[in-house]
Amino acid sequence: MAKDREFYWRRLHSLLGVIPVGIFLIQHLIVNHYATRGPESFNNAAHVMEGLPFRIFLEIFIIFLPLYFHALYGVYIAFTSRNNPRQFGTFRNWMFILQRATGVFTLIFVTWHIWETRIQAALGATVDFNMMEAILADPFMLAFYIAGVVSTTFHFANGLWSFLVTWGITISPRSQRISTYATLGIFVVLSIIGIRAILAFV
Amino acid sequence: MTASSTMTEEKTIRFEIYRQDDLDSTPYFEEFEIPYRANMNVISALMEIRRNPFNKKGEKTTPVAWDMGCLEEVCGACSMVINGTPRQSCTALVDQLEQPIRLEPMKTFPVVRDLMVDRSRMFDSLKKVKAWIPIDGTYDLGPGPRMPEKRRQWAYELSKCMTCGVCLEACPNVNSKSNFIGPAPLSQVRLFNAHPTGAMNKNERLNALMGDGGLGDCGNSQNCVQACPKGIPLTTSIAALNRDTNLQMFRNFFGSDSEV
Ligand code: SF4
Ligand code: FES
Repeated sequence: MAKDREFYWRRLHSLLGVIPVGIFLIQHLIVNHYATRGPESFNNAAHVMEGLPFRIFLEIFIIFLPLYFHALYGVYIAFTSRNNPRQFGTFRNWMFILQRATGVFTLIFVTWHIWETRIQAALGATVDFNMMEAILADPFMLAFYIAGVVSTTFHFANGLWSFLVTWGITISPRSQRISTYATLGIFVVLSIIGIRAILAFV
Repeated sequence: MTASSTMTEEKTIRFEIYRQDDLDSTPYFEEFEIPYRANMNVISALMEIRRNPFNKKGEKTTPVAWDMGCLEEVCGACSMVINGTPRQSCTALVDQLEQPIRLEPMKTFPVVRDLMVDRSRMFDSLKKVKAWIPIDGTYDLGPGPRMPEKRRQWAYELSKCMTCGVCLEACPNVNSKSNFIGPAPLSQVRLFNAHPTGAMNKNERLNALMGDGGLGDCGNSQNCVQACPKGIPLTTSIAALNRDTNLQMFRNFFGSDSEV
């Protein structure tokens, strides 16, 4: 039965966005933050991550497959909506639109970022402090990375809000309002962590 | 302009109305200007145009077609987009609207003619999600279980839905690119599942909601709850149904010895 599967794809999409992709995002931003303690710390931390056993399986099943399923199915979702901020300029409607816009932008950013780091590593480059320093020396790239990180953290935090609704955890208007503030807080904190790490390379 | 000349000038109401002859013809806007009367609503103004179908330029034109029924915001038939907002034209008071008053049909639905749309898809959706309570049998089943009064009062609010279509018009995910049934029929499932007799077929409705175009297509823009003229807590219903369908999904998958 190929029909009537949409509900399950949507649920899977919502789940994967948080577990594992969201969890990985947090872990990644925290590892990056070692850069604020100098090149030595960052290289050590990156080295530990690289040295994890079964790395290739972890990368494929915890990162790439969930990430790209979430991303590509998300693009389909984004392009099946007809945005109407002019008639309904409410906060949630703007969040709805921003969620779709940041989703598409984050996909572009992350794909570029993977190309520049992981794919280059597979082709023989070493991923370390110097590599990032070289990339971020270009002011355009610096701006692109900051925008990319903010877009990613926004998409994650706001996605967490709708995750809570989709899984029936926040039902009442009050609980949804509280989770709006909580996820807004997560957005701010993760953005600060992410931007501080980027600025440590310049 | 002197004070006396404005005094003698007759006060009018200006309209910009979307015209479309049938489903496939090209739409256009036509302007109208009718004499002012106090306390008019959009429908009485449309009746005035029908009585005297001349546009602003003074050319004779066809009367504007629209739909209506109760004239007191309970049937939902007269919904249209007024100055950009989907709402009922019977309760849209001219004195409270900015002029020129722009009237458009709710284009989320097929346009039959001018401001008249075909809302059949909403009634089809209600059938799809089994928004009724089966009580027919071959013999008298007697009275059903009692409903707590508190719950009855709460359910009454959900039962106010008049299938007007405003929430579908407001929803960014209800459009020609998707087959989402929209917020109204979703909330009706919550209504019928809350009824003590209706609850006996709870799982059937939840399974119907999990079909294509069902609950999964909600994107949480929450426009519906802002737009609903009856103040139905649509987004609360949606989140509650999310919880119910998730449990139903696990029951379906792993099997369960309690069906409903
Ligand atoms: S839920 Fe509200 S807006 Fe939607 S059809 Fe019913 S009455 Fe109209
Ligand atoms: S005519 Fe029934 S709601 Fe307006």
